[in-house]
Amino acid sequence: MQNKTLPQLDDLYKEIILEHYRNPHGREPLSKVNYQAEGMNPLCGDEVKLTLQLDSENDKKIEKVHIEGHGCSISVASGSMLADILKGKTIAEAKEISKYLKEIMHDKINDTEIDIGDLEALCGVKKFPVRIKCALLPWTTFEEALLGHEHVEIS
Amino acid sequence: MFDINKIRKDFPILERKITDGNKLIYFDNAATSQKPKVVIDSLVKYYENYNANIHRGVHKMAEEATCAYEEVRQKVKSFIGARNEDEVIFTRNTTESLNLLAYSLGELFVNEGDEILLSEMEHHSNIIPWYILRSRKKIKVKFIPITDNYELDYKSLEQLVTKKTKIISLTHKSNVLGTVNNIKKIAQIAKANGAVFIVDAAQSAPHLSVDFQDLGCDFLVFSSHKMCGPTGVGVLVGRREYLEKMPPFLGGGEMIRKVTFEDFTTNDLPWKFEAGTPNIADVIAFGVAIDYLQNIGLENIYKYECELTEYALDKLKQFDFLKIYGAKDCNKRAGIITFSNPVVHPHDIATIVDQYGIAIRAGHHCAQPLMKKLNVSATARASFYFYNTKEEIDLFVYALKKAFDYFAIGACNELIKGKINAKQNATTTR
Ligand SMILES: Cc1ncc(COP(=O)(O)O)c(C=O)c1O
Repeated sequence: MQNKTLPQLDDLYKEIILEHYRNPHGREPLSKVNYQAEGMNPLCGDEVKLTLQLDSENDKKIEKVHIEGHGCSISVASGSMLADILKGKTIAEAKEISKYLKEIMHDKINDTEIDIGDLEALCGVKKFPVRIKCALLPWTTFEEALLGHEHVEIS
Repeated sequence: MFDINKIRKDFPILERKITDGNKLIYFDNAATSQKPKVVIDSLVKYYENYNANIHRGVHKMAEEATCAYEEVRQKVKSFIGARNEDEVIFTRNTTESLNLLAYSLGELFVNEGDEILLSEMEHHSNIIPWYILRSRKKIKVKFIPITDNYELDYKSLEQLVTKKTKIISLTHKSNVLGTVNNIKKIAQIAKANGAVFIVDAAQSAPHLSVDFQDLGCDFLVFSSHKMCGPTGVGVLVGRREYLEKMPPFLGGGEMIRKVTFEDFTTNDLPWKFEAGTPNIADVIAFGVAIDYLQNIGLENIYKYECELTEYALDKLKQFDFLKIYGAKDCNKRAGIITFSNPVVHPHDIATIVDQYGIAIRAGHHCAQPLMKKLNVSATARASFYFYNTKEEIDLFVYALKKAFDYFAIGACNELIKGKINAKQNATTTR
C-alpha cells in the first residue's frame, strides 16, 4: 500500500499542469483593456477574471492576456496556458483553439490539426468528467468576453 | 453492544470497490448517509407485497399500506419526542419542511417591518425560503454572527432579538463546522421575546439524541436520507397551536375534507399538510431506519463519532499548515471536519483521495454566506457516521499525505513553505 502509484492521477496531474499551477502566467498588468469578463463556477467557488489587450496597430491580434482569480490546479493551469497560447494570435485563431479544446474535452471527433502546445497536457482531464468544467472555465470566460458578456456563471 | 464489525456487515455498499482494489471509504455522511440492508429490503418488500395508495382504498392492501405508513408517524413521534402523532408531518425533505414553514407561518403572522432571525452558519435551505418570504412581505432577514471559535455569538443573539423578531430559525448542528448550538438556551430567549423558534435538525437528528419537547422549540425539521433512511422523506414536527391556524402549503387530494364548486375545507392535522399521494414506500422504509438507529442507540452513535473525530483531529495535526474550521472542543463539534490549506485546492484533494476510494466533499457545502465569513472560496469536508472506522481514517490521512506530496515535491517545497509563511503572516497582521 505504501508505495502504490496512481496511474490515473498521473494522467490528470501532469508535471506541466502542476508547474503552471505553482507559477501561473498572465499575471502582469495590461496597458489597455479591449475585452474583459469574470467567470465563475458557483458550485465550487472558482473565479477567473480575464482581460485582453489587442494590438494597437490592427485590432485583430491579441497582444497580451491578463488572468487572475482562484481555483483548483486544473482551472488555474488552464488559465495560465490560455494566457500563453493566445498571445499573438488573431481573434479568429484564438476562437478556433477554444472550440478545439472544448471538442476534445467532450470527446467529439476532430480532424483539424492545431498545435495547442502545453494545452495537450490538459487532455487527461477527460478521464475525470467532473473536472472538465474546471479546465474549461477560463475558455468559456474568454469566449464570453468576446461576446461582451462581462459576468459568466457556469454550472 | 456497539460491534463495529457487525454493523459494517449491515451496509452492503461498504463492500463496493471504487478504484483498483480500493474499497469505498465513505466520508460524505453530512451530504447523505448509506443505507442498511434492512432498509433496502423493506422497499422491495413493500413493492412486492402490499403496494397500494393509502387513506382511500377499502381493499386489504390499502389497509396494510395505510397502517404501515401511519405506524411510522408513531415511531417518529417517540424517536423525536413529539407530543402527539398529529403534530408529525411528512414532507419530501428538510428543505420542503422549511419552505412550508416560511410560506405558511409567513401568511399567518408575518407583516411588513417584521424581522426573521437566522445565523451565519445556515444551510441555503434555511436562508432562501426566508428571502422568498422577504420578497412577498417587506421584512428584514438578520443573521446572528459566529465567534472566532466557530460558535454562535449568544451575546449578539440577545441583542438582535427584538419585539419585531417574529421567527428565529437556526440549525441545531452546522453541516460545515459541526458546531452544536445550545437550542434550549435559545428557546428560552425566543419565548421571552414572543418569537416562534424553528430548529433545523438535518445534521443533529442522525447523530445525537434529539428530543423536541426537551429542546423547547416550536418546530423541528429533518431528513430521512441523512439517517440511514431513503431519500424523498422529510419530517416537520410542530405545535398544534400553530399548525391548526396555519394555512395549507400545497393543495390537492388528501389535504381536504370537503370540496364544492365554490370552496373547500381542510383535513385534520397532520394530513392538512400532506397533499397528494405521499412517498409511501420510503416513509415505511424510514420507519425501519429509525428502528435500526434506536437499536444501536443514539448515545452510542454520538459517543463513537466523537471518538472518531478526536482520533482524526489528532492525526491531522501532522499537517501543520491545515486550517481546520470548527470548535477545538470535540463535544461541541462531533462528526464533521472541514479544512483548507494554502497549497492544494479542495477539488484536487477530493479527486486524489477519490483514487483511494475515499469519498469526501469539496466546495461550499450549500453555505455560501458562511464560506464568505470564513474568507474561503471552497473547503474540503470529511464527515463520519457510526459505520466508519479508525482504520479508514488512517487511510484517509495517508491519501491526504499523498495529495500534499503530489503538489509539494522537490524544489517546490520551498515555494510552498514560502506561500504558507506569507499567508500566516498576513493573517497574524490582520
Ligand atoms: C444543516 C442542513 N440543513 C438542511 C439541509 C437540507 O436537507 P435536504 O437536502 O435533505 O432538504 C442539509 C443537508 O444538506 C443540512 O445539512
